[in-house]
Amino acid sequence: MFKPFQNIFPAILSIVFAVLAWQFTVQVTQLPRFILPAPVDVWSRFLKALSDGSLIYHTGITLAEIVLGLLAGITFATVTGYALAKSRALEKVLSPYLVASQAIPVVAIAPLLVIWLGDGILSKVVICALIVYFPVLVNTVVGVRAVPTALYDLMHSIRATRGQILLKLELPASLPILLGGLRIGATLSVIGAIVGELVDAEQGLGFLLQLGDFQYDTSMVFVAVFMLIALALSMYGVVTLLERKFLKWQNPSR
Amino acid sequence: MTTNPTLTVQDLSVVFPDSNGGLNALENISFDVSPREFICFLGPSGSGKTTLLRVLANLLQPTAGQVHFIRHEQPKIGMVFQQPSLMPWRSVLENIKLPLELEGVDESTARKKAQEMIELMGLRGFEDSWPRDLSGGMAQRVGIARALIHDPDLLLLDEPFASLDALTRERMWMELSRIWQAKQKTVIMVTHSINESLFLADRVLVLTQRPGKIKLDVEVDLPRPRKDDIRYTPHFGKLARKLREAIE
Repeated sequence: MFKPFQNIFPAILSIVFAVLAWQFTVQVTQLPRFILPAPVDVWSRFLKALSDGSLIYHTGITLAEIVLGLLAGITFATVTGYALAKSRALEKVLSPYLVASQAIPVVAIAPLLVIWLGDGILSKVVICALIVYFPVLVNTVVGVRAVPTALYDLMHSIRATRGQILLKLELPASLPILLGGLRIGATLSVIGAIVGELVDAEQGLGFLLQLGDFQYDTSMVFVAVFMLIALALSMYGVVTLLERKFLKWQNPSR
Repeated sequence: MTTNPTLTVQDLSVVFPDSNGGLNALENISFDVSPREFICFLGPSGSGKTTLLRVLANLLQPTAGQVHFIRHEQPKIGMVFQQPSLMPWRSVLENIKLPLELEGVDESTARKKAQEMIELMGLRGFEDSWPRDLSGGMAQRVGIARALIHDPDLLLLDEPFASLDALTRERMWMELSRIWQAKQKTVIMVTHSINESLFLADRVLVLTQRPGKIKLDVEVDLPRPRKDDIRYTPHFGKLARKLREAIE
């Protein structure tokens, strides 16, 4: 009961301090609202967007893009990563493409994807999946290759089938590294969705961001940015929860 | 023992390919194992002891020769490795029941049997511990329990006590010989310890330096159950000297 409070207390304190510093800056500099709105302005804009339903709608769209993109990216990355980890030949054939694909910033191909796939949710999901793909792929390869050979010997000595080796050895053994990749992917996926929405979209937080920008509704821009931070933090939090659930054996025993 | 052998190995050779014509690990190994016999392979490092066990466990295909099991073509094998080789993400109990899980035994039966093995191996109270919280001796007990739980036809031990301290090792000898007598298993163990082989085995086969060949086949006619002080008897000393002289 006491411990979690102790853990988040410094964070709360620092947030309160940051908001106060922000308010102080606004008061001292007397900047116009469309340049730097005060925390109160942002708060009331937040309440307004919340009550007219637009914030929830657009956040929901972006969240859907992130979650679908993550799922697609992870699925594709783990499947190809496993194949690459198992076959050196395949790795030699495919790795030039994979490395080259990483040399292209997603921002550069995002417009192309929007042209090809339309300005709806699909193009954003694909951009998301692309940005998540590589870190999860690399970690899958590293994770599967790190499975100790002694444990393969054990599984073979008790005549485990390929499926059993996958489920009872390779998956749990590579899970710590896999989840590490997911941790990176989860935060990147938020960037992916926004990049896609900023190119062209009729909905989503990126759209709201751009709308606020066009209309000099700077408070709205702030609200959208804070929502993005909240989304990224919750994605990160979900991965941390997964780690806590599945990697119990790694935590120091008390 | 005059019963039919449970396992026959004939002219077994293993060559590992390398740049200059291949490395002969084992050459023309032939031997029989009777049911419920405890056999020790004794040899210096590099005599192909582990290679031999890997062939018997079907982890490695021999270059020539054959391994023939009388009763089943594919016997059930329980293997204990030099390192405990436990899965760090499984608790002690979950590690022990792994072979039953793979056989598709239902969860409650598997747990019950694992619990029995835990009692037998003196691991009570450690069921839910993680492997990294175990001492070397404890971890190797878990390894042995896992190797025995699915009631294997053949138990293969690859220097299971090599990484333990001397006192723990000697305690484990007593435990293993007690369990062997209770479970009546056919055991093939490799070791480089003369005392260990004489303390545990019915028969000791000495392997030569690479390529490994059988140099000596000695019946250990020491009475059972063997107690710690058997090592100070003249007969033990005589056998030990004979083995020592055979190892170059």
